[in-house]
Amino acid sequence: MDAINELYQEVILDHNKNPRNYGKPEAYTNFAEGFNPLCGDRVEIYLNLDNDIIKDIKFEGKGCAISKSSASIMTTLLKGKTIQDAKEIYSEFLEIVMHGCDGLEVKDEDLEVFCGVKDFPTRVKCATLGWHTFEEALKDQKV
Amino acid sequence: MSFPVDLIRKDFPILTRKMSGKPLIYLDNAATTQKPQIMIDTIVDFYSNYYANIHRSVYEFSQIATEQYETARTIIKEFINAETTEEIVFTRGATEGINLIANTYGKKFLKKGDEVLVTEMEHHSNIVPWQELAKEIGIILRYIPMNDNGELVLDNIDDLINEKTKIVSIVHVSNSLGTVLPIKMLFDKAKKVGAICVLDASQSIQHLNIDVQEIGCDFLVFSGHKIYGPTGIGVLYGKSNLLENIPPYQTGGDMIRSVSFERTIYADVPQKFEAGTQHIEGAIALGASIRYIHNIGLEKIFAYEHELLNYATNKMKEIPEVTIIGTAKNKASVISFMLEDIHPHDVGTILDKFGIAVRTGQHCTEPVMKHFNIPATTRASFAFYNTIDEINVFINGIKEVIETFK
Repeated sequence: MDAINELYQEVILDHNKNPRNYGKPEAYTNFAEGFNPLCGDRVEIYLNLDNDIIKDIKFEGKGCAISKSSASIMTTLLKGKTIQDAKEIYSEFLEIVMHGCDGLEVKDEDLEVFCGVKDFPTRVKCATLGWHTFEEALKDQKV
Repeated sequence: MSFPVDLIRKDFPILTRKMSGKPLIYLDNAATTQKPQIMIDTIVDFYSNYYANIHRSVYEFSQIATEQYETARTIIKEFINAETTEEIVFTRGATEGINLIANTYGKKFLKKGDEVLVTEMEHHSNIVPWQELAKEIGIILRYIPMNDNGELVLDNIDDLINEKTKIVSIVHVSNSLGTVLPIKMLFDKAKKVGAICVLDASQSIQHLNIDVQEIGCDFLVFSGHKIYGPTGIGVLYGKSNLLENIPPYQTGGDMIRSVSFERTIYADVPQKFEAGTQHIEGAIALGASIRYIHNIGLEKIFAYEHELLNYATNKMKEIPEVTIIGTAKNKASVISFMLEDIHPHDVGTILDKFGIAVRTGQHCTEPVMKHFNIPATTRASFAFYNTIDEINVFINGIKEVIETFK
């Protein structure tokens, strides 16, 4: 059961129960919706960009503990960052969920909770849904 | 006499395997079923001892292969009590069967404004082909609604089955809820208005005795892999006069009587619908599986599976966090459920670590998920090789999931 406890750590369960930066903001500059038809998970990402600064990031959605907590942790990490910094954090996150943390120097401690995801290949898509959607939101040119 | 489940388990080699380091507990039988040794041996025998193409050559192996292939057709004809073997067409599965009906019968005989009636609990494969027909020729797709137990609401049935209704295409057992539908009553009504009756037997063929003449359906489809046979093979049953009067679905070799550049004469049924080299070993091995099931007896299988269903249902009701989705009076051995707000994918991942295989998701029935306003369910579905002990492990697994999320 170690792998299970590694996957469902306190932090994950906490973000699942009390997601941060949750809800649709009144005003936003960028938006994208992500959907995983395999499991029915859905996430909406709202960004408030000021030039290349992510002034605010919020999300809404329905999904499993992994996808929800991953989106929640993402918002706490990316809020206030530049787009360039955010993309670097995203790369680090992807490296972690695809290949784990062995031999990797994890810069953002908050990402360490995802070290166990690689042992659950069917769940990697859950973990990346919010982040992929964030990337899509950056491309949103409506404003 | 109690059901000989210990003996039966010996017929299924995969049941001695471990998954995630634990003895496999396979509770995903509504998605696909495991295979008896006799089916596996049949495939090996074909490829090792008499492999050849069918319906073509005069040499011995080709004749044996053809005989075996046609014997499978006869086994299936007897299993569902069709009138003749010509009424049994091999397909790739239930999905292809419904597509075939929509694209041949549907396109030839239906016109704008005609109605096709399904139910709210259909699998997507009995919704989408009709929607395509709606786009193409303007038929109207209607459905019989259901209540929160997962039973059909029949209050407006005489409006839903009316003189415009040309096809009533209905699932026999719901794959996501387990409900057994009152097909005889619906088909009797359908026939009074002259509609064609299509039965999707994908989830019933492995549980219930089916007699197509008694049910009175015009077409019936099922997939081989759900009745302990191989993937990629399925069956379309169609009444002779219907099959003879609809155009072929695919054209090419093996489905013709004569071809010249001026014109082609099609073969008689069922070859008219079996274009190209067929899934020969699939058909032969499906025959072996069905013979195996028939020898055990579907009444005994159904009775035992019902014991499992009732035992699991009662155990699950003792867990306050469990909500069972689909509580119809008449059910096959399928239990869809929710564990409060714990997402089914998290449930499935944790159960996997106990060696338990369940399905999580929408089960290709999005309208059902929408009805209950849920994103997905966890589904346990039992076969006659499952045991009470396995259900006990499953129940403990559910309690572990709840504990993890506390």
